[in-house]
Amino acid sequence: MILDWITEPLQYGFMVKALWVSAFVGIVCAVLSCYITLKGWSLMGDAVSHAVVPGVVVAYALGIPFAVGAFLFGFGATVAIGYVKENTRLKEDAVIGVVFTGFFAFGLVLSTKIPSNIDLFHILFGNVLGISQEDIIQTLIAGFITLLVILLRRKDLLLFCFDPNHAKAIGLNTKFMYYTLLLVLALTIVTALQTAGIILVVAMLVTPGATAYLLSDRFERMLAISVGTSLLSSILGVYSSYYLDAPTGACIVVLLTLLFIAAMIFAPKYGLLRRSHSTIESN
Amino acid sequence: MTQTLGITVDNISVTYSNSRLALYNASCYVQPGSITALVGPNGGGKSTLFKSIMGFLEPNQGQVDISGLPIHKAQKKQLVAYVPQADEVDWNFPVSVWDVVMMGRYGYMNLFRIPSSKDRRLVKESLTRVDMMDFKDRQIGELSGGQKKRAFLARALAQEAKIMLLDEPFTGVDVKTEKAIIDLLLQLKDSGHTILISTHDLASISTFCDRVILLNQTILASGKTEAVFTEENLAMTFGGIPTIRNEERGTRNKEEKISTIGFD
Repeated sequence: MILDWITEPLQYGFMVKALWVSAFVGIVCAVLSCYITLKGWSLMGDAVSHAVVPGVVVAYALGIPFAVGAFLFGFGATVAIGYVKENTRLKEDAVIGVVFTGFFAFGLVLSTKIPSNIDLFHILFGNVLGISQEDIIQTLIAGFITLLVILLRRKDLLLFCFDPNHAKAIGLNTKFMYYTLLLVLALTIVTALQTAGIILVVAMLVTPGATAYLLSDRFERMLAISVGTSLLSSILGVYSSYYLDAPTGACIVVLLTLLFIAAMIFAPKYGLLRRSHSTIESN
Repeated sequence: MTQTLGITVDNISVTYSNSRLALYNASCYVQPGSITALVGPNGGGKSTLFKSIMGFLEPNQGQVDISGLPIHKAQKKQLVAYVPQADEVDWNFPVSVWDVVMMGRYGYMNLFRIPSSKDRRLVKESLTRVDMMDFKDRQIGELSGGQKKRAFLARALAQEAKIMLLDEPFTGVDVKTEKAIIDLLLQLKDSGHTILISTHDLASISTFCDRVILLNQTILASGKTEAVFTEENLAMTFGGIPTIRNEERGTRNKEEKISTIGFD
């Protein structure tokens, strides 16, 4: 019976596609999410994801791949944030708030004025069940570039998250590291756009890392847990979406959140149970 | 210019973005092969001067050179190591002591930072030298205050830099560890290292520092310890040294005391 539950959706081509694309996206997001949560860039992830909207609209209008437009605007927004922060006396959160909502709103206006057949709902909430072949290719390319860059530069990126001053002290180029991390952030968002949609992509980018951080004190283990929870949520999310007839991205994010809550309560060292327990002990 | 392992700070001024002036017209020279103490009150610009020397912040004016080189070039040659203050480190970060010390070697590794057997040997030696080998697999937050300092000291040793800057190395450290750190610094000096430390522990300075730089917004005095580290100079730097203030307070009546505290 459980076997039927698993195999039934697999007779549909679109379900098979949705499953492996979501799984792939889950892995890419989970890997980056470890760096983003440790660096404290969650809000930046939210900003980039919203800022890609005008890029997507322009790309469709010009007939170029959506990933290119999304990437350019997403990365452009981070550069704009950096510029405004350097040149005004505003704090970073205010700058991020101003810039990304500006990009997002501009994209919404643009999408109603530029004739295209984009479904705004699909951009905002994702549409992995109806993903086209060329969108899959773009997702794969963006995802593989992200994984490759992180794989090759993982130690520098981790050092940059942990102690950028030390990186400078040993003569490494921290500006380059900063932009590398922004670049893979923008690429990951492009990767996840079709699955989770703009509104929820930040969850795929933050929650797996946050869950794993509560469960481990070693980066390698954190990475493994992050990928594990993300993969599980992606696959089960697609199934839930099929059986509940609910949006796939939302199902994935709900599962990710449930796993996070479980970790928050039951984590062996940093869980709420453990902490209240140790408070009692120390009293 | 020949490499002398000295540090020249030439007329540096730093204003933070909230327009607070942290340092003005600061000039000093850190003598090669010496242990120099940077002394001054909190908010007097010690950390700002350190960050300027390390290039972590860009001064509004003036320049620094290290061993006759611009900062960035000296850093690329692994001439300078920096041991941060405890509160600058994210102690919850999921790295082990071994990982942290290995980061001292990154500058010598190729682009992918794959440690060679030499890197591993030096990390091991550095950990052994600060007596931290037993804790190499600990996550850094699981260490005591003194162990944390020693871990970052080991990273500086692993970097094999001839110039070392230590920001408040004795804060949160027990007497035994403080003594061990001082012994290590003296050994390093004997092997030709240049060391600059900032410290609040005025009592120990004359026991191991050759030179002192007094700082309060600008350099007030610098030179050999016996010449510079005098009561008058300290009074000038701190605006009245604690012992004198206490005597004065004893003679004052209560009301005055309260107003003084409020003013502080």
